[in-house]
Amino acid sequence: MSSPSLTPSSLESAWILPSRGRVGMFCLIAAESAMFTIFLVAYIFYIGKSQSGPTPKEVLEVPIFATICLLSSSLTIHFAVAALRNAKSSLFAIWWFLTMALGIIFLVETGREWHHLIFESGLTISTNLFGTTYYSLVGLHAFHVTVGLIGLTIGMILALLGKVKQEHHERADVFSLYWHFVDVVWIAVFTVVYVIGR
Amino acid sequence: MSSDSIALNPALESTRPIGDRLHDWVTTVDHKKLGILYILYALVFLVIGGIEATIMRIQLIVPHNHFVSPQVFNEMFTMHGTTMIFFVAMPIMFGFANYLLPLMIGARDMAFPRLNAWSFWLAAFGGLLLYFSFIGGNGLYGAGGAPDVGWFAYAPLTARVFSIGHSTDFWTLGLLVSGIGSIGTAANIAATVLCLRCPGMTLGKMPLLAWMNLVMAALVLLAISPLTAAQIMLSLDRYLGAHFFDTQAGGSAVIWMHFFWIFGHPEVYVLVIPAFAFASEIIPVFSRKPIFGYPVMVAATVAIGFVSFTVWAHHMFTVGMNSYANSFFTISTMIVGVPTGIKIFNWIGTMWGGKIQFKTPMLFCIGFLFQFLIAGLTGIMLAVAPFDWQLGNSYFVVAHFHYVIVGAILFALFAAFYYWFPKMSGRMYNERLGKWHFWLFLIGFHLTFDFMHIPGLLGMPRRIYTYEPGRGWDIWNLIITVGVFFQAAGILLFVCNLLWSRIKGPVCTSDPWDAWTLEWSTSSPPPEYNFAAIPVVRSRRPLWDIKHPEDPDWKYE
Amino acid sequence: MRRTRHRALVQGIAGLFAVSLAFLLLATSQCFGAPANPSPTNIFRPSSTPADEVFHISIFVLIIAALIFAVVFCLLVYSLVKFRRGPDDDGREPPPVYGSNQVELAWTVLPILIVLVLFLATARVIHSVEDAAKPPAAVAVIAIGHQFWWEFRYPSVGIVTANELHVPVSDPAHPTPTYIELRSADTDHSFWVPRLAGKTDLIPNRTNSMWIDPHEVGIYVGQCAQYCGTQHAKMLLRVYVDTKEQFDRWAREEAQPARVGDTVNQGRRVFETTACINCHAVSGTVADGRFGPDLTHLMSRDTIASGAASNTHENLRLWIHDPEAIKPGSLMPAMQLSDQDLDAVTAYLETLR
Repeated sequence: MSSPSLTPSSLESAWILPSRGRVGMFCLIAAESAMFTIFLVAYIFYIGKSQSGPTPKEVLEVPIFATICLLSSSLTIHFAVAALRNAKSSLFAIWWFLTMALGIIFLVETGREWHHLIFESGLTISTNLFGTTYYSLVGLHAFHVTVGLIGLTIGMILALLGKVKQEHHERADVFSLYWHFVDVVWIAVFTVVYVIGR
Repeated sequence: MSSDSIALNPALESTRPIGDRLHDWVTTVDHKKLGILYILYALVFLVIGGIEATIMRIQLIVPHNHFVSPQVFNEMFTMHGTTMIFFVAMPIMFGFANYLLPLMIGARDMAFPRLNAWSFWLAAFGGLLLYFSFIGGNGLYGAGGAPDVGWFAYAPLTARVFSIGHSTDFWTLGLLVSGIGSIGTAANIAATVLCLRCPGMTLGKMPLLAWMNLVMAALVLLAISPLTAAQIMLSLDRYLGAHFFDTQAGGSAVIWMHFFWIFGHPEVYVLVIPAFAFASEIIPVFSRKPIFGYPVMVAATVAIGFVSFTVWAHHMFTVGMNSYANSFFTISTMIVGVPTGIKIFNWIGTMWGGKIQFKTPMLFCIGFLFQFLIAGLTGIMLAVAPFDWQLGNSYFVVAHFHYVIVGAILFALFAAFYYWFPKMSGRMYNERLGKWHFWLFLIGFHLTFDFMHIPGLLGMPRRIYTYEPGRGWDIWNLIITVGVFFQAAGILLFVCNLLWSRIKGPVCTSDPWDAWTLEWSTSSPPPEYNFAAIPVVRSRRPLWDIKHPEDPDWKYE
Repeated sequence: MRRTRHRALVQGIAGLFAVSLAFLLLATSQCFGAPANPSPTNIFRPSSTPADEVFHISIFVLIIAALIFAVVFCLLVYSLVKFRRGPDDDGREPPPVYGSNQVELAWTVLPILIVLVLFLATARVIHSVEDAAKPPAAVAVIAIGHQFWWEFRYPSVGIVTANELHVPVSDPAHPTPTYIELRSADTDHSFWVPRLAGKTDLIPNRTNSMWIDPHEVGIYVGQCAQYCGTQHAKMLLRVYVDTKEQFDRWAREEAQPARVGDTVNQGRRVFETTACINCHAVSGTVADGRFGPDLTHLMSRDTIASGAASNTHENLRLWIHDPEAIKPGSLMPAMQLSDQDLDAVTAYLETLR
């Protein structure tokens, strides 16, 4: 069993395989999509089945502003990664900061909406089926936004310390996949909760 | 192959202080050590789960027995099922995948070694959390606190009002935590297979074990999350007053079933597909022929993966779905049997025209084939919805799924143990003890699980701590319990064989089986870096090409 | 050496065959034969149309499965015997065969055809059982599952009873099936009397339905088949298939309020002034609790505690005094009565015919 046959001589073409960061992130996105699908199914299943309490039509206001903010943040993070790919670290930092800001605005708006629902409309997770499915679905999404914001914060700190260079654009790109995923989920949640369900 | 790798001197290794060596194991990110940790962890829980089963079987040996109280019995079947699925079968499959995949694809480690370690310890913690419930659960008065809601924990039995105390929460949280670990491992497996193959190893040239673990990983990623989601919903119900499964507030008990079985059915394929992988690696070597129909085996596995997501409600035939739903799930369940059957034919096709050697791994693979055939056929019977209206939730179902899990999966696992133990430990196991293990376990398995079909046909439901005499169930329950002791004897021999051979077995070469995949080109055990130089391959059996340069596979594949 | 190994192999396989055959015969005789004490819950002795239909399709699928098993088993054994490495092996590798498209096609198409046939046969049965039209002469029953007993109501005749279901036998010429609506008051349960029909679950906040048309008079037993808590095992079922006259008589009796004598006034007083009436009802008296079984005609039943014990004086007294002795974990509390009160209450209950 001589070794030479197993060691590299020459291959006809270069041996290129997908990047593991990208594959790993897609795996995470797949798993999270499955989780969101279940919460969406529960929401849809229980539309109109609440036995009491406020209905979506009565209390929900369409969060246009928050949605615009969140969806724009996908654009800004895209620009951030593009800037980094072109070795423009300070431009990267600006776009990255904008992404963070837009994400924070989205969360603040969600918080305000919940405050209104709980204290003025009397809707909590235990009020009725609508409250249960609404808070869990929107809450799960907000949780994922929060996790994304933590990642964005770490990136921001690193950028401010001058540690983010062009060779990191791949990693930033992989992270942006997560952020885009969070946005796509919001499109689904928005459609189900504020359009179909109302 | 020792010229290709520089093994560390084992004698030096044993002079290191024990504290250092333990620290190594606890902090390791090496896929081989983590693989072994997963396997040892699973073996411990295998014994514990077996004890739980034995307790149940002793209680059921005669009608109206008083060996344990109903409360304890109900905890036993819940813990037995939960343990075996989540803390034996899954970890052991992850363990073998972890150990073997980098070696078989010519890589130095998994794609994310630290994620690997994190996933293992998370999964391990989940098991300990679940078992802590025995002392910490505060459940039914005086009965200890382990969960007693069944391993599928149907709502609304799990609601606060019906499951007082925290026993159900231990179930929920233990599985939630280990589920997250499983997702980490699955992502790791997928990334490893897709991104770390050695040069020349296209997807069409990688071992079937790699393909099958890739499909398994995809199933885990998509199937565990529904369970996690349902468990989050259950916890919200129990602690924040949510109403997901609160039937008094308009919630649905059936939706728990849907969510659970959307997880639960692909889950069983998560368990059995790696067993297929073992058979697909071992049968060719002991038949001295390549696997018959490699592309079809890949296609069949991928097909099984897809179809497995369309059959879940065959666990719910008795729930009162309309006739169209019942018909759909009948045909989808039957369809998933087609690619499964094709695989059985391909394994037989591999043996056909070969030169079969009846070493212990092959004996267990033959048992796997025979029993998986029967298990698949009883599965087809259960797919016929009207037949399931009688047999569902009876001992026939219990017999069917134990036939798959023990008769097919565990047998394939034993085959894998004996086949790869020399590689992992550097020593050969005792062949005679191995054969004794096989025959004892075979007898015990058939005594228990063949005869278990009969009480099901005679109307005995599952999950009952005792039963009425005069229904014709008595003698069968007696025989079933007797079989347990043969199986226990077999497992005892197995553990002794592993331990004794590890310490005193004859040292073996890198390739004791004259096999053909890359793991046999390193030393036994492999050095920490696996390969001195990353190999380049041209066919599915790189070592065959080296051993037979006049007749290499790449000319014919 | 070669002959001994060969013989050992043949003996092994012959042994395997013999064992499989013995097992098959045993199983078949148990399920299909007529042993001295036939099992009262054998799914292969149907006595009602839904169970008949299931029986026929199950025989069909069993035969198909047996044929598939026989073919594959023979292929497996043949390959093990014919292609084993002999002792005089020359050590050369056999010719590698990588696959065969024709063979793969054959063993893909054939199973698909089998699946198609099986599915069509099955779909027909599913529809004929689930979508059966309800004839006007059907008896309507509402079954409500509780932890751990069965409540049966006959809404058209105003009967509320527990645990023992009475239905009329059905003459195929003029069918009088019983349609049972299935509901639950707490968790999931499942109604399973194997000789009469397949099981159907009782799920809270959901109404399921099933039907039976028993062909023969007699008692049919079964039990709850969906884990519902501690005493799931003793939530037993008894279905009394009566002749038309017997059923009518039973229904008339059950619809009457309780006929209580004067001799049991003390027991009745204890019953009606303690917690008993929180859970139990005796129609015609102040007792109208619905958490536990209706006791109006308790003594018309053969068993108590949903079949866990026969309805005798000792058992009844023990059940009230210490339910844990009969059904540990049931939701009937021990009533902590003095011996005198206990005897009085038992005597009172024994007048509720």
